[in-house]
Amino acid sequence: MTAARLWRWAAWVLTAVIAVYLVAPMAIVVIISFSDSALLTFPPPGLSLRWYRSLADTPAWRDAILVSLEIMVITAAIATALGTAAAIGLASWRGPLAVAVRSLLMAPLVVPHIISGAAIFLLFDSWGWVGSMHALVFGHTALALPYVVATVGAALETYDRRLDQAALTLGASPRVAFLRITLPLISPGILAGLLFAAMLSFDELIVSLFLSTPQLRTVTVLMWSNVFGDINPEISAIATVILLVSMTLLALQWVLSRRRGPSVMPGLGR
Amino acid sequence: MAVVFALPVGALLMRSASDPVWGLQNFRSLWEEPVYASLIRNTVQISLATTIGCILLAYPFAHVMATQPRLTRLLTLVVLIPFWSSILVRSFAWMVLLQNNGIINESLLWLGVIGQPLELIFNRTGVLIGMVHVLLPFVVFPLYGSIRAMDPALMPAAACLGAGPVRAFLRVQLPLTLPGLATGAVLVFVMALGFFITPALLGGRRDAVIARMIQLQVSQLGDWGMAATLSLVLLVATLLLLGASQLLVRSPARRVAE
Repeated sequence: MTAARLWRWAAWVLTAVIAVYLVAPMAIVVIISFSDSALLTFPPPGLSLRWYRSLADTPAWRDAILVSLEIMVITAAIATALGTAAAIGLASWRGPLAVAVRSLLMAPLVVPHIISGAAIFLLFDSWGWVGSMHALVFGHTALALPYVVATVGAALETYDRRLDQAALTLGASPRVAFLRITLPLISPGILAGLLFAAMLSFDELIVSLFLSTPQLRTVTVLMWSNVFGDINPEISAIATVILLVSMTLLALQWVLSRRRGPSVMPGLGR
Repeated sequence: MAVVFALPVGALLMRSASDPVWGLQNFRSLWEEPVYASLIRNTVQISLATTIGCILLAYPFAHVMATQPRLTRLLTLVVLIPFWSSILVRSFAWMVLLQNNGIINESLLWLGVIGQPLELIFNRTGVLIGMVHVLLPFVVFPLYGSIRAMDPALMPAAACLGAGPVRAFLRVQLPLTLPGLATGAVLVFVMALGFFITPALLGGRRDAVIARMIQLQVSQLGDWGMAATLSLVLLVATLLLLGASQLLVRSPARRVAE
């Protein structure tokens, strides 16, 4: 039994070390962003908000954050609407064509983003779209759709189709049956998809890198172009802002899943 | 969707045989020029090492997460926080931690463990530390599912029957959780093959990977033919591995069902 206890003890210590490994880097970046020094020393010699002030005073950062937020909201809305419609359509559609459509919709999950990015750039460049808001929105929507299709599809799988029939039998029109019965019951799946789409869009770098220009770029693209220079606490501050958005979305997802158990969506191809 | 995604990917891949002129010249240079051979070797080596690292770290973590109900929620959150964070932010965080006067080197110097800063960044070490960090959740989650699905009485039963902890683990728990482990490992390997951000930030300038080269060919060299050829290789490898893993994971279940 002592050997077993030793193993268990080792697993505990290792787990604690891994937990620190997983969370500490982000925590340290957040703390450094409040430094009053121009160096990335840890712990910071003193605390201040000077790097956040410098972010707010730099139009390029301000614009980039606003662009990213705008793209996130529009992408999440379009991807959720299209993805929900697609999932509902696919749920009752059988046959080889349905399989083909489903594979096509899910493809961006599997194809490495660098390939998606280059391919989408190729297309949008020939249309003269590069550097436009709608190019970024469509690019992000293509990447976000499979997440919505998957979460709504999962919600539909547990949904009892006989409820529709019951509603129709009781005199509801198909529209009313959908709005009053189906939609509320699959809404957790729709919301989860919405949050995933928002997260994906806000954090997205690779496709945005291809579609951005110095006149229109997302916050991740601007951060990327700064990371190769002299890294300073200002970049930590922007990293913290990006983290704040991600963590808000995670918190919403966490509250949402409390009643249903954590749902986890692996995203491929990053 | 067909327009925004499938068509351009097809058009991109076409260029492997059509750019700058029709023919197989791009595939020939892929085969003949040593720079591409080393590119593919680097990518496979980094992906393999990342996968092994993820498996080694994910197992004890998922085990504690699955067998200690009081810790499950906390540990889930510990995995979900990095999982939902931007890869760019996470790779940047490692740049801060791993640099010569970063926290890790400073602490080790202060402790007197090392006499001069270790080279932790802009090389393989940095890439692996960063990539395992980014990809670890993809093994933890399926593995957690597998361990949870195991009958909790099995390990005590094995111990009762005289198996030591190592033997019980190797003969009972490992085979039962292998599908979850394999699912996660293949996922990590495939994703690592296409990784771009982390190797670009933490890797050495000469230690390039496929994805980085694709971006370089497109945005700086304008060599669409070679970018397309590399994309084709990457995509085919990705699809083959994912397809094979699907068959692999399904087959034991099918055998039981028959």
